[in-house]
Amino acid sequence: MSKQVKQLDRVIIRFAGDSGDGMQLTGDRFTQESAVFGNDLVTLPNFPAEIRAPQGTLPGVSSFQVHFADHDILTAGDAPDVLVAMNPAALKANLPDLPVGATIIVDTADFTKRNLDKAGYTSNPLDKLGEVDDVLGGFQVQPVDLTGITVEAVKEFGLTRKDASRAKNMFALGLLSWMYGRPTEGTIAFLGKRFAKVPDIRDANITAFKAGWNYGETTETFAVQYEIKPATGMPAGTYRNITGNLALSYGLVAAGVRSGLPVFLGSYPITPASDILHELSKHKAFGVTTFQAEDEIAGVGAAIGASFAGHLGVTTTSGPGIALKSEAIGLAIMTELPLLVIDVQRGGPSTGLPTKTEQADLMQAMFGRNGEAPLPIVAPQSPGDCFDAALEAARIAVTYRTPVMLLSDGYLANGSEPWRIPEQDDLPTIDPAFATETNHEVTAKDGTTSGDFWPYLRDEETLARPWAVPGTPGLEHRIGGLEKGEGHGNISYDPANHDLMVRTRQAKVDRIAESLPPLQVDDPSGKAKVLVIGWGSTYGPIGAGCRRVRKAGHDVAQVHLRHLNPFPKDLGEILARYDKVLVPEMNLGQLSNLLRAKYLVDARGYNVVRGLPLKAAELAEAIGGLVAEAEGLAPGELDLTPTPSS
Amino acid sequence: MTTLSSPAGSSELPFPGLRAGTEGVPAHEGDAQTAKEFSSDQEVRWCPGCGDYAVLKAVQSFLPQLGLRRENIVFVSGIGCSSRFPYYLDTYGMHSIHGRAPSIATGIATAREDLSVWVVTGDGDALSIGGNHLIHALRRNINMTILLFNNRIYGLTKGQYSPTSEAGKITKSTPMGSVDHPFNPVSLALGAEASFVARTIDSDRKHLTHVLSAAAAHRGTSLVEIYQNCPIFNDGAFDAIKGNDTKGDALIPLEHGQPITFGSSQAKGLVRDTATGGVKVVEVGTEPGQVTEDQLLVHDAHQADPTTAFAISRLTEMGYLDQTPIGIFRQVERPTYDDQTRAQVHSATQAVDDDPTDRLASLIAGNDTWTVV
Repeated sequence: MSKQVKQLDRVIIRFAGDSGDGMQLTGDRFTQESAVFGNDLVTLPNFPAEIRAPQGTLPGVSSFQVHFADHDILTAGDAPDVLVAMNPAALKANLPDLPVGATIIVDTADFTKRNLDKAGYTSNPLDKLGEVDDVLGGFQVQPVDLTGITVEAVKEFGLTRKDASRAKNMFALGLLSWMYGRPTEGTIAFLGKRFAKVPDIRDANITAFKAGWNYGETTETFAVQYEIKPATGMPAGTYRNITGNLALSYGLVAAGVRSGLPVFLGSYPITPASDILHELSKHKAFGVTTFQAEDEIAGVGAAIGASFAGHLGVTTTSGPGIALKSEAIGLAIMTELPLLVIDVQRGGPSTGLPTKTEQADLMQAMFGRNGEAPLPIVAPQSPGDCFDAALEAARIAVTYRTPVMLLSDGYLANGSEPWRIPEQDDLPTIDPAFATETNHEVTAKDGTTSGDFWPYLRDEETLARPWAVPGTPGLEHRIGGLEKGEGHGNISYDPANHDLMVRTRQAKVDRIAESLPPLQVDDPSGKAKVLVIGWGSTYGPIGAGCRRVRKAGHDVAQVHLRHLNPFPKDLGEILARYDKVLVPEMNLGQLSNLLRAKYLVDARGYNVVRGLPLKAAELAEAIGGLVAEAEGLAPGELDLTPTPSS
Repeated sequence: MTTLSSPAGSSELPFPGLRAGTEGVPAHEGDAQTAKEFSSDQEVRWCPGCGDYAVLKAVQSFLPQLGLRRENIVFVSGIGCSSRFPYYLDTYGMHSIHGRAPSIATGIATAREDLSVWVVTGDGDALSIGGNHLIHALRRNINMTILLFNNRIYGLTKGQYSPTSEAGKITKSTPMGSVDHPFNPVSLALGAEASFVARTIDSDRKHLTHVLSAAAAHRGTSLVEIYQNCPIFNDGAFDAIKGNDTKGDALIPLEHGQPITFGSSQAKGLVRDTATGGVKVVEVGTEPGQVTEDQLLVHDAHQADPTTAFAISRLTEMGYLDQTPIGIFRQVERPTYDDQTRAQVHSATQAVDDDPTDRLASLIAGNDTWTVV
């Protein structure tokens, strides 16, 4: 039976079910298939903090959204075109996000009285399809007994009904894979490997997956297949799909290889950073040591110890962990040792929203320590960019002998995108430049001179102090948290010296700006009056928002910051070029505060703190509002309807 | 003078199979090193009469005996009077933050097999703010020696009671007497399954040096509690075990393989207390109510079961030092965290032979790639 094939340029699918329904795995596989197919894509996993929240309830709903397209895209999409809902709670929780006309595929098996009650439905919405009080009236609903068909399909493996029904997510994946013409070999190979030790489960999952595909192909329920061609316009190269935490882990391994330093990770498990600990634990063959500490403080303490001993010390955590590590980070600032501090930000304060994203730790990174304790801060802008950001953090830490904070977030950590795999030759080389010789001459009372080692004698260009590791003869020295005398490094309570050292530590961080490339301002027409500036994971939504505004025929410029401290040298001049500056952030205005303070610019915040990425449509509205203001129009007077492309 | 890193030194270990604590650390070659070479040019700034001076002198004299290269020795400390220690030794050193020295030392010791790692800490630093790191270092058995200076008071912050101060202690923060129950550091360490636990006294240089030698030779975490007098804020805390007329009856020396006897004329000893499962002090002799010497408890520091060592540690009620065992309570063989961690990394790196750059390229590419031309 041949079916109609419709061409689409992009689709947003959201898989939603109970936390135990395997929605993350399903979404992940669909993403992988789409990546290998060659679509550009962005994903947004969204799951509760509880491992198994009460079954069938709204808080227990776990979802995975994937946006894939035949062109380069920037976000996981604001509103899903297709919702796959495995139970009433998943339907109810996700319905408000759907635009009119969206497709909903529901597993009817779970629409029992009990489950409907748990989700807060007084009657079964599927019973009312097409009637006057149909709550699903605006959507194209496809009720399918996914569970029943799956159980039937895998009968031959003799599993219990419970075990058999667990393969329903693979049935759903098979069905969606058919609908969108995804390649299936990867998933079949994946299932074969994942369940290699339990042949019955393996075969049941593969069978369910194939049954889902065949169901789409043969039944008349699904009349249309969609085609989204591989993306064009992406830079040439070899690509893979990658999540932020994986890219960050690879970046740390690469930092070890490119510096020749063994990587030492001291870490305490915390969501959403733990996957970096898990991943690095697999890479001992690269000389990577991982230490799962008794607490956050011991994690950073051991990393500082390892750095003192000549390794590349790294600690990974989220915001609450940074709070605990603050004193130790101050020690690393005082002792001027290289250290990477990775903060995968999550909703706060306190325990906050452990599995949701936010970027409200910027001020904590900047100022969250006692005393004047400046620290370089870098932030990745997309999942794949976490790789480069980790290498950049390592370059700064080693070159300038300083702890560096890398601010990722939950969205980058778990979200994924196609990543152009870099060539080894394009990766930076990091030179530890260990001290091996004395650096100072002392004259004894009898006039004889001898070599001495001064641990705080600085490099004139970088202001970095020498890194002399234990085991180096003649360079024995003591460092610590007490104020150092400039040069010799002995304890000093001298007021003038303290003032000098405070300023020198600041100057050293400021010097990093000398090594930064000029900012890339995206201002296609060169006529924009409004500049949108952001940092971190808002890059995608801001870019998408700017595109919408430009498509409606208006001018807007975008710049995105990799370096939050120090700011790039040309930032002030760029800000001054524009009439209006908009700073979208998933916080209450932390970057905009820093920009206002440093550049005396009227930076306006666009601030939403929902634990979810910013939405492109809302950003377009906000940007449009400011463009209108710059043009002297009343807010809302600006037409944001896309103009036909010429 | 035997160097503890030499094969001769290793043979003195109680466990033939176990590596010495200093194995892997390069030995010093050439003329024997001196205490002066281990002394830094920094002026020592403790209060006059502080017990720390005696310990510093003992350590400066003892370190050359280790026969290790000076540049391969690292002292790490936390915060407190005793934590100034690293500044006064011409080795590598870090004066870190309050309570965290064991965690920093854990990173150093795990990263580098070729370093001899020492932690200097006090009762407040190790047992109060840093209690968590101490017990975890002990349980992991990381190859380092922890010198816990116990003066039973907060000195640097000028005289508040510490976690080892006796109940009822009157200090600035406890004008009506402390209602805190004190820790017994040796009991705590044994509870954390430390593989080497000893106690010694600042004023007994010979005993201190003997214990330090054994601690350095031990592979794993060695905890040495050093009773140390604070003449300013807690003077006389150890008078019972230091006074010539009282110490004979108060100090209970522990020597592996020897019956535990003490008293001014060796008239006292320890036996098992079958009623409590602990140990008790008895009079030695043949009179009624006395116990003959052959019935005394023979100290076995190498006993795998820590029960007896723990029972002995309980003889000391904090605040009443009239029964104070000193010496090595426990010294047992147990694999160390750092050796095993390095072994895992070593075997993983040995299992691959291609260039790390090629391996990195293949790692980051993964299995599912596509090409855009």
